[in-house]
Amino acid sequence: MTAPALKLTDLHKSFGPAKIIQGVNLEIEKGERHAIIGPNGAGKSTLFNLISGQFWPTSGSVELNGQDISRMKPHEVNRRGLSRSFQVSNVFTNMTVRENVRCGVLYSMGHGYSFWRNVGNLREVQEKTSAILEHVGLIDKANLPAALLPYADQRTLEIAITIAGGAGVILLDEPTAGMSHSETDRAVALIEKATEGKTLIIVEHDMGVVFGLADRISVLVYGEIIATGRPEEIRGDPRVREAYLGDENLEGVA
Amino acid sequence: MSDMATENFANLAPSNAQKFRMRVLPFVLFAAVAVLIPLFGPSRSAYSLLNAIGINIVFALSYNMLLGRAGLLSFGHAVYFGLGGYAALHAMGMIENADGGFWGSVPVFAMPLVGFAGGALAGAVIGWPSCRRAGTAFAMISLGVAELIAAMGFMFGSIFGGEEGISGDRMNGPEVFGLSLGPIGEVYWFIAFWTVLAALLIFAFTRTPLGRMSEATRDNPQRVEFVGYDPTRVRYLVFIAAGGFAGLAGGMSAVNYEIFTPEALSLLPSGFVLIMTYVGGARYFAGPVLGAIVLTYMQSNLSDFTEAWLLYLGLLFITIVMYAPNGLAGIVAGLWNGTRATGMAYLKTWAARVVAIAIAMVGVIVLVEVAVRKSNGYGEVFEPFGLHLTPGSPLTWALVIVPLIVGLGLLRHLARDEQEAGA
Ligand SMILES: Nc1ncnc2c1ncn2[C@@H]1O[C@H](COP(=O)(O)OP(=O)(O)OP(=O)(O)O)[C@@H](O)[C@H]1O
Ligand SMILES: [Mg+2]
Repeated sequence: MTAPALKLTDLHKSFGPAKIIQGVNLEIEKGERHAIIGPNGAGKSTLFNLISGQFWPTSGSVELNGQDISRMKPHEVNRRGLSRSFQVSNVFTNMTVRENVRCGVLYSMGHGYSFWRNVGNLREVQEKTSAILEHVGLIDKANLPAALLPYADQRTLEIAITIAGGAGVILLDEPTAGMSHSETDRAVALIEKATEGKTLIIVEHDMGVVFGLADRISVLVYGEIIATGRPEEIRGDPRVREAYLGDENLEGVA
Repeated sequence: MSDMATENFANLAPSNAQKFRMRVLPFVLFAAVAVLIPLFGPSRSAYSLLNAIGINIVFALSYNMLLGRAGLLSFGHAVYFGLGGYAALHAMGMIENADGGFWGSVPVFAMPLVGFAGGALAGAVIGWPSCRRAGTAFAMISLGVAELIAAMGFMFGSIFGGEEGISGDRMNGPEVFGLSLGPIGEVYWFIAFWTVLAALLIFAFTRTPLGRMSEATRDNPQRVEFVGYDPTRVRYLVFIAAGGFAGLAGGMSAVNYEIFTPEALSLLPSGFVLIMTYVGGARYFAGPVLGAIVLTYMQSNLSDFTEAWLLYLGLLFITIVMYAPNGLAGIVAGLWNGTRATGMAYLKTWAARVVAIAIAMVGVIVLVEVAVRKSNGYGEVFEPFGLHLTPGSPLTWALVIVPLIVGLGLLRHLARDEQEAGA
């Protein structure tokens, strides 16, 4: 048996006296699409920050493909094949869309800190960048400054940068937040396409998206996972209904 | 709306012609100007001004690798300029005393490379602790380091030569391009060569992966981490490169002046390079070039006319910071774009603004010049155009107050007009 893509063991995180993550255990298999849901302030983004190296856990461990990454910096985690997006768009606003994606591509293609090559002449980098832009449907806007992108396109760019480095484990934090219905549908299709064959962990409030996309779902409440299971298990779980989902939330997806 | 924006930008990918115009042509022109200048037979003093400008162009461009590109505010960049310069002078000493051997074959022409090595080495040592932090912490550390190194400069006499500094002689060793480097006209070619080369290399640096990531780190260090880069590492490497080019400018200076004193490491030149870069415009590659030209000219000429020139420099700096944060280059770019977009109307308000500033300047100049002479206490009187302006005369005060009110009033009026037109 190979190691799980991601394994969280008894993970804790406190900010001063505030215990935000309180003993999270979770295993996510390679290729799985895993959704994390929970009310506002449950600690979902904090969990992402712990996994991606933004914060270090107070105790417990994070393992990526069997390797402990809980004391690594974000760039070290990223180089080991884990990439994340942000709840609030976090792109390079002074650059064009193409340059944004190129930033995501450069390191993975071995051009890390090089200062002896002209970026404009790196053929493979240009091709990879164009391929990603094509893939996510931003190729027509490639030369637009990122700051001028409409909101939904900024979210798409956020995803594009996240997948650009070719990481095997992708963390998306509320990728469809604030989108209209049709925009959400397009975003979901994109996420499915872009993460094919990869491990996906997604935080999402839109239950339609969650139940449509996820192989398994974890419910995080007050820093604890109160249930993990397949969508139909979660839907039927009385504790989940009580703690979070509320009956009206489920009507739409039942 | 969004579609419109998209349409306008759809073809933004620079064509080859545009690339040529934006990236190659400016350098061709720059080099052409440098080559053509001697044909006009500049005087000795013109040559020495030109040489100073060349040195400051490279110095300011190297500073802008930090300030403009990497977003790092340094108060101690002269440290790398000075250490590079000292390295070059010591190397010139070795060349002078060489009896064949390695140093016997090194041309003085190559001293900027020694300066580069010295500056980069200093950057590598000092940058190691200071690049861990960006923002205010980085600025404060740079200030502390500058104080430290300048103090050391006065202490270690054998290296820095104490107050008199150390001097050298550039007319030794093998010649390059047939230049003996004796007459100032030959030094000009040396300066021009290195200025153009360094400007080219610094520009090329902005187009490398590291150069691009330094801008990304400036804008969003968090995201940079999540695409695999260590922001500390990016800053550190840029810092070394910036130190290297500052050292290169120091090496040019060593050959040009044949002397370096510990002053050169101090906060004064560090402040001056900051002002040159900022006044020129840190957001533009050409900004520091412009700033170096204008401020070096002011430094050498204005100081002949008035002892209060530093005061004017301060005023200029403050005005730019407050009203034209993109510097002279920003003003030029704005003028160009504005005129292209709205035609003569823009040019007219712009000219009106220049007139208003000139009027207000009359008041400022009278005030400063009269005050300086009074505070000197030699009983000297400011006498422009045959006027006799004593501190007590009503004419003096009229010449201070009226132009100030008229000039500033006009500026306000213009600003209001513009706002109404914009609304
Ligand atoms: N750096 C921090 N310092 C102190 N408290 C923090 C910090 N980051 C998050 N918190 C707190 O942790 C709690 C969980 O925040 P988090 O952003 O993880 O929630 P979330 O589940 O992502 O919520 P949402 O659905 O609104 O995005 C909040 O109460 C927040 O105030
Ligand atoms: Mg969140």
